[in-house]
Amino acid sequence: MIQGWLRSDGRKGIRNVVAVAYLVECAHHVARRIVDKADDPDVQLIGFPGCYPNAYAAKVMEAIATHPNVGGLVIVSLGCESFNREKLRAVVEASGRPAELLVIQEKGGTAATIAAGLEAVDRVRAQIASVERVPMGVEELVVATICGGSDGTSGITANPAVGRAFDRLVAEGAACIFEETGELVGCEKIMADRASTPELAAAIEACVQKAEAYYTVMGFGSFAPGNAEGGLTTQEEKSMGAYSKSGSSRIDGILKPGDIPPMGGLYLLDVVPDGEPRFGFPNISDNAEIVELIACGAHVTLFTTGRGSVVGSAISPVIKICANPETGRRLAADMDVNAGRILEGEATLDQVGQEIYDAILAVAAGERSLSEQLGHQEFILTYKAFDPIGPECLPMVARA
Amino acid sequence: MLEHDSRLILLHPDDNVLICVSAIEAGDILPVSGGTIPAREGIAIGHKIARVALAQGDKVIKYGAPIGSMTAPVVAGQWVHMHNMKSDYISSHTRTALEQGA
Repeated sequence: MIQGWLRSDGRKGIRNVVAVAYLVECAHHVARRIVDKADDPDVQLIGFPGCYPNAYAAKVMEAIATHPNVGGLVIVSLGCESFNREKLRAVVEASGRPAELLVIQEKGGTAATIAAGLEAVDRVRAQIASVERVPMGVEELVVATICGGSDGTSGITANPAVGRAFDRLVAEGAACIFEETGELVGCEKIMADRASTPELAAAIEACVQKAEAYYTVMGFGSFAPGNAEGGLTTQEEKSMGAYSKSGSSRIDGILKPGDIPPMGGLYLLDVVPDGEPRFGFPNISDNAEIVELIACGAHVTLFTTGRGSVVGSAISPVIKICANPETGRRLAADMDVNAGRILEGEATLDQVGQEIYDAILAVAAGERSLSEQLGHQEFILTYKAFDPIGPECLPMVARA
Repeated sequence: MLEHDSRLILLHPDDNVLICVSAIEAGDILPVSGGTIPAREGIAIGHKIARVALAQGDKVIKYGAPIGSMTAPVVAGQWVHMHNMKSDYISSHTRTALEQGA
């Protein structure tokens, strides 16, 4: 049984985290010291390093700070950066959560702000200890998936096994999000055939075409050098393997970072910026995507890996599913689910899909995933630019 | 045609490549229709092996979908990778190419 923390917007969290957010790199050290000294797995560091304003970063930060897994926020500002700290505080307070704001230049510098920050964390922690816990069903979960450190085994074990788990979750009413249109170049027609409306199908194809154009300007696909050594040869081969994570359910909508799924179903997250490429690669590493999935409300992220990523995340637990049996043995203490057994004839895709489903429910009920136990709380947020999604992206909302 | 055994898996009936799930060494015996052949080269886990003879320009089919085209002919049982096939989308790149500044 999942006991969720009930938030004012009706969503429920599977964790009750105090987030400590730095709003510019100049405040990072002070915020990190506050988190380190608090020495509590549920006090976690998030932040944005840039001094210049960015609407995307503000939207994602607000979405994360009001994520159902977050109970309250401590903001650490240097003082002269352009991030709108008062708006962030107002958004969090309007959500019914406690928010404390510390400005280093006003507090008297590093040591004084760290001391004040620890007191702020204690106050927030005390306030959120009394948040009501209520039963939470599978249909209230938002589950995301991503792959990283892929090899030739990812697309034949872990990814299709996640697809099986997604099919079951979607059938039971959960919202499931898959991502990375840049990794889906080459299978856009097959994907468009699964869309709930013709307009959404066209939007899916347009998403992938945008990704292809963007990555071409960057000079690469999302195809990292390590992939070729694992047996994957082409972008489209990697894409079909990545695509198999989405399972076989109907695709109900397209989201952009910070958009919350309006109801259960299967959603594609479009992570590629709109307009001319301006800020470099769409996502500079896997955790940048995980942050975007969490900004869409993901309670849990399923991370499939062949070569062996060890990352977790702040705010929402990461469950690691290892595709490659050799990697699974070498990195056993990092891998929650060993899908490599499929290659050794010890398990079927359906059995591993069931294990993934069971692991999601256990982690949602409070069990710590291995990356949580190991203290992984990665977080990265950088510059991007997006246009809002159009009505064709969420047909069920347009119809309502 | 190369038959699949415990070292190889077929992801989709339309595929013209099989996936190696345990390492094959050069000289290892591979099953083909009506007999066996020795592997020409070592093939690592996750890599592709031609199920049938493929000509230059043939589409490589995996998951039942085209994942690129052959740039050189192969016979059944040969390794299929960067050296004899290419993307039909964005050109793939290798660590070597990156080091050479490509």
